[in-house]
Amino acid sequence: MGELIATRDAFGSALIACGGENKDIVVLDADLAKATMSVRFKEAYPERFFDVGIAEGDLIDTAAGLSMTGRIPFACTFAVFAAGRAFEQIRNSVAYPRLNVKICGSHGGVQVGKDGATHQAIEDLAIMSAIPNMVVLNPGDAVEMEAAVKAMVEYDGPVYVRLGRNPVPVVFDRETYQFEIGRGTVVREGGDVTLIATGCLLDVAVKAADILLQEGISAEIINIATIKPLDREIITKSVKKTGKAVVMEEGIIVGGLGSAVAAALSETCPVPMAFIGMDDTFGQSGDAADLMKYYHMTAGDTVMKVKGLL
Amino acid sequence: MGNIGELQTKAKEIRKLVIRSIGQARSGHPGGSLSCADLIVALYFDIMDIDPGNPRWEDRDRFVLSKGHACPALYAALALKGYFPVEELDHLRELGSMLQGHPYSGKTPGVDVSTGSLGQGLSIANGIALGGRLDHKDYYVYCLLGDGEIEEGQVWEAAMTGAHYGLDHVIGFVDYNHLQIDGTIEEVIGNGRIEEKFQAFGWRTMTIDGHDMEEILNAVAKAKKTQGLPTCIIMNTVKGKGVSFMENQAGWHGTAPTKEQVELALKELEGN
Repeated sequence: MGELIATRDAFGSALIACGGENKDIVVLDADLAKATMSVRFKEAYPERFFDVGIAEGDLIDTAAGLSMTGRIPFACTFAVFAAGRAFEQIRNSVAYPRLNVKICGSHGGVQVGKDGATHQAIEDLAIMSAIPNMVVLNPGDAVEMEAAVKAMVEYDGPVYVRLGRNPVPVVFDRETYQFEIGRGTVVREGGDVTLIATGCLLDVAVKAADILLQEGISAEIINIATIKPLDREIITKSVKKTGKAVVMEEGIIVGGLGSAVAAALSETCPVPMAFIGMDDTFGQSGDAADLMKYYHMTAGDTVMKVKGLL
Repeated sequence: MGNIGELQTKAKEIRKLVIRSIGQARSGHPGGSLSCADLIVALYFDIMDIDPGNPRWEDRDRFVLSKGHACPALYAALALKGYFPVEELDHLRELGSMLQGHPYSGKTPGVDVSTGSLGQGLSIANGIALGGRLDHKDYYVYCLLGDGEIEEGQVWEAAMTGAHYGLDHVIGFVDYNHLQIDGTIEEVIGNGRIEEKFQAFGWRTMTIDGHDMEEILNAVAKAKKTQGLPTCIIMNTVKGKGVSFMENQAGWHGTAPTKEQVELALKELEGN
């Protein structure tokens, strides 16, 4: 660990790499190409890049049309506009007919920072998870994002992926990491509690586990990059061993990973649980780190939650 | 160009099937299905290059019924064209039917695009045309919009995109029957000057009588000669066209006729 890379950065690089190999890939944006990093694809393959202007509904449906001609469109904008403004285009014109459209929502979570609540997507994962046929991805670091983009190209069907704005530590080893849609990963083994983290909270979980270890508490860390379909097996297996779980996400708990894990474990192995995430509240302007503290999404908060379960 | 008389006969047949299927389903949208029936006949029985034996043929012309609620007319045309047996029309809107309440590409052979939520079809048509251009294909994408439907802002997003990318293989139609659910277009939101609006967005435009087969065919032929910009054909139509008690009545937007009304309507259409 050490290198800091934003997942949107990794996304931009992966688009170019995949676009070079696969000429069916086309990329669309709604006037945010420089922020979503789709601009890199535009520079590399201008004939396969389409900007529709500030028009997210049009973005999704133009992508839907392109997919009907055998293209693999990646439609990029901010997560709050993709999952929010274009929700119904995604539901009715993409997910229902199960079109091969990849919806890429950048600037997920509150770490967008000073732009404030209007631009902080905290419900995107929950909203997208609610749509039948939709695969929902939230990679935790640059390595996982690159692998996820490749997997999205290979997967035939609608996918939503959340990209992060800020640099986050690289957790996975590029040489050995194997990504598969629908599969979670045991990042660290432990016996006392299971930390189930998604997206950039993976790094928070790693830091929390380090603190816990110093206090003699052994935490198992499971990374969930695929919110839907959820890897119930890996979660169940872990909590059968540890008997406790803390679910961690940078977003609202209701309808997000917290709800999904609680629903799964209530059927397979009910255990005491706690949740890190936005508790039915909007974000606000502020520095990313301050916001994570304010909304109790730090390693310290995670340690407190774990202790509350012991 | 085909025989105008034959096309008119086909339109009458489609109208009868629309009435029968909606009556049988006891649910559906007769008014707007009848107003666009002539265009749908012109497209499916003359204009479009399609192969019912190979609905996914990649060089085919595409049709996007953006006003998806008018699908009884589309379904009737697809059945008569041989995409599926005409008997399927008796199962419109039934549980498990291939004929859903709004067009669904996942179930109905010949339905290119799933629609139903208004305002989305023109964007989809643009996307298909962009893909066709990348493939160096020559197919056309026809997109039918409702006059009420163009109150949706996304239609104008798509109008910008179509003009910006010079999509001359997109040909749009507005079924201008002047009625929407809550009343006349003029009463509800005063959505007028449609031709000028599309022109201002950079489209070539034409206004025609949407029930005159010859005018429809001529307009499309002209539109296909246009290079570098998309065309929108505004069709003056009558909602409920062909059934006297349905004509120009907003109430027949989404109401199914009773058995007696079906009989009455069919008799009238026979006599026409």
